[in-house]
Amino acid sequence: MLEQKAIVGEVKVIVFRLKDEEYGVEVQQVKAIEKLEHITRVPRTPKFVKGVINLRGVVTPIIDLRKRFDLEESEYSDSTRTIIVAVGDLEVGLIVDAANDVIDIPVDAIEPPPEVVGGVEAAYLRGVAKLDKRLLILLNLDKVLSTEEINQLDAFEG
Amino acid sequence: MDMNQYLDMFIEESKEHLQAINANLLILESEPSNIQIVNEIFRSAHTLKGMSATMGFEDMASLTHEAENVLDLIRNNKLTINSDIMDVIFQSVDLIEGMVIHITEGGDGSADVSDPVRKLRAIVAGDFTVQQEVAVAASVAEPEVQAATAGHDADKPELDLDDYAQTVLKQSKDAGNNLFWIKVILNENCLLKAARAYMIFDQLESLGEVIKTTPSVQDIENERFDLSFDVVFVTMNPVDKVRTAIQNISEIQEVQIETIDLKAPPAEPPAVQPAAPAAANAAAPKKADAAQPAAARKAAAGGKTIRVDIERLDILMNLFSELVIDRGRLEQLAREIGKSELQETVEHMSRISGDLQNIILTMRMVPVEQVFNRFPRMIRDLAKDLNKKVNLEIFGAETELDRTVIDEIGDPLVHLLRNSLDHGIESITDRRIAGKPEEGTIELRAFHSGNHVFIEVKDDGAGINKEKVLKKAIERGIVNQAAAETMTDKQIHELLFASGFSTADIISDISGRGVGLDVVKSKIVSLGGSVSVDSVRGKGTTFLVQLPLTLSIISAMLVQVKNEKYAVPLSSIIETAVFKKDQIMMAHRQKVIDFRGRVVPLVSLEEIFQVPSNREETDDEVAVVIVRKGEKMAGLVVDSFIGQQEIVLKSLGKYLVNVFAISGATILGDGQVALIIDCNALIK
Repeated sequence: MLEQKAIVGEVKVIVFRLKDEEYGVEVQQVKAIEKLEHITRVPRTPKFVKGVINLRGVVTPIIDLRKRFDLEESEYSDSTRTIIVAVGDLEVGLIVDAANDVIDIPVDAIEPPPEVVGGVEAAYLRGVAKLDKRLLILLNLDKVLSTEEINQLDAFEG
Repeated sequence: MDMNQYLDMFIEESKEHLQAINANLLILESEPSNIQIVNEIFRSAHTLKGMSATMGFEDMASLTHEAENVLDLIRNNKLTINSDIMDVIFQSVDLIEGMVIHITEGGDGSADVSDPVRKLRAIVAGDFTVQQEVAVAASVAEPEVQAATAGHDADKPELDLDDYAQTVLKQSKDAGNNLFWIKVILNENCLLKAARAYMIFDQLESLGEVIKTTPSVQDIENERFDLSFDVVFVTMNPVDKVRTAIQNISEIQEVQIETIDLKAPPAEPPAVQPAAPAAANAAAPKKADAAQPAAARKAAAGGKTIRVDIERLDILMNLFSELVIDRGRLEQLAREIGKSELQETVEHMSRISGDLQNIILTMRMVPVEQVFNRFPRMIRDLAKDLNKKVNLEIFGAETELDRTVIDEIGDPLVHLLRNSLDHGIESITDRRIAGKPEEGTIELRAFHSGNHVFIEVKDDGAGINKEKVLKKAIERGIVNQAAAETMTDKQIHELLFASGFSTADIISDISGRGVGLDVVKSKIVSLGGSVSVDSVRGKGTTFLVQLPLTLSIISAMLVQVKNEKYAVPLSSIIETAVFKKDQIMMAHRQKVIDFRGRVVPLVSLEEIFQVPSNREETDDEVAVVIVRKGEKMAGLVVDSFIGQQEIVLKSLGKYLVNVFAISGATILGDGQVALIIDCNALIK
């Protein structure tokens, strides 16, 4: 992935906010950004799985990113958004505090992630981009949406 | 030409024809004098040949061609069917089936067809018996040898040459050219005779000059010749070179080359003698018949049909599902607004979309016949292998099931039938000892009931040996000794479906290689169905498979649990009831109720699903949905019933898999998602 970008030189990312940090996911992986709507709870699933929504006729699972990263919870507000991302054949909605920007990051501004940034483990991160005064944390969605982990958690709880 | 776009159609149609051939062959076996059936088989074989030739599957085409010749003799009463011939035909059909499977899997459908081709030719030649099979190869070559010798022995080939040709030949000869009379006999499997002839002429013309042909060039170009043609040829090249040049072209049976002696007086043209007279016989009526059977077949099929890609039907279904959701929403809005014109319109729309739904669903329905058709053949072969006598009786083959279910149900049924034949039906001697008729019976029955289709596999064999089953189950550690002693017959029978269980002392080819009935069960369960077994010792065993009619739209009861809505499939509901709180009893620390004389355990959805609740229960009544799983029942405690509704099944997606007691989701009229409860998981 990174090699490909190197030719282009820039990565276009959707910027969203979670607690006090700004995160980015590649625009190619984002299918839609939705306002929070009715979520149907799915019983006996890991805590970070908020449930499912009806996304234009497709039942789409929603996970709360704060809970996914074990960050402190907060009330949902008007700025709360659901970012629908697609990784492989998975389509999942991520609840974030706000999503309001699309920016291009030069590839050479991306550095490997330190061990923990903003309380999020490095395993979930692809890198950190330093831009002027902003620090943008790039998520490794494959890892964030790993079903292996959800199955393990499931077994643990069950 | 790119044939890929036709490949699917070819595969589908080939399968249909093969199935038809198999079915008809079985009928033919029992009524060998039924020429009508032979005609049917002949037509299918003929179509198969044509299709495979067009698609370039030459082995298949040549094999069907030979089979067709045999069938042609049979239907013209020139050949009487016997079981040896039937076996050869069956063998050929198997081989063709193998090729189709090969093609389906992306192969080129090539296979070694020489053995059946040889046998079929021997049948045509009229000297086929099983004993003589070894000698057959020799005898099949014989007519050719005869033909060849006929060519050589005959006085110099006689040619009808006009004066002009005579002059040309004479001049060429004088100029030192060789004059040849060439007879080319094409392979009788040759499909594009004109093209082959063209290639031959092409070669010849590069070597010399063609003076004359019999039949005429035009006739040859238009394929108006049998298998051979004659050429008068002038060349500077020696005979061997000419011969090699022609023989390098494929699909040529034989080349005869004679030097022309111009002193011989011109006489009658040579009679064109095909190498195999039988083949010619077969070829002649075949052409005349080709058009007629095609027409007859269409008429017989009744009604016009078109082929639609199942994917398109799926898309249609999905779109319609969206419509069903909107319909629910409209109904709700109309009720809220309460304007009568609106309500009437919406009601009308609901009715129409209801009809539409039925049509779309029935479009996807196909008769189980499609699956059942291959069983008689399979049973016949298996019975032969096992040395058992078995009669398979099929009932309700017209029962319809969703296409997606049909596609999946074949293998499990094969397994059940094999199981019945292998383990159920006893050997002939055992049956005689038991005072039963030598011929065992397996009944395969399909029927509708409610929202389900049932398929029953019933044999009149020995029944399940409970002791043996228990012993095996204990050996395999599926149950322990103590539990085994308290088990009911039913429970013991259920052990057959336990994984890692197989009672066959010797793992035979027939009942699968150690793959037991557990695979059958899990397959059927994955289709939303269930399978049960019932057996009477000495009388036989019955397997009952229950399948949902369709996999996409189901009727469900919507229930409310606190603020959440759930859908319970109607198929598992016995009834809904309201009980007073004081009717709830305790048994083994489990809440139960008395439901029509049966003690039914209560399952609180609120507890099971950990529904968040902020208010205390104040009602003195509980609403209960009584659901069942086979014989067992349970009462699901809910807050209230919302009502019955058609719902569209949707999966929770790949992210959420194996969610406990939830089989999927649906979208309600208000756009919200409701989860569908998997009652089977809630009944222990």
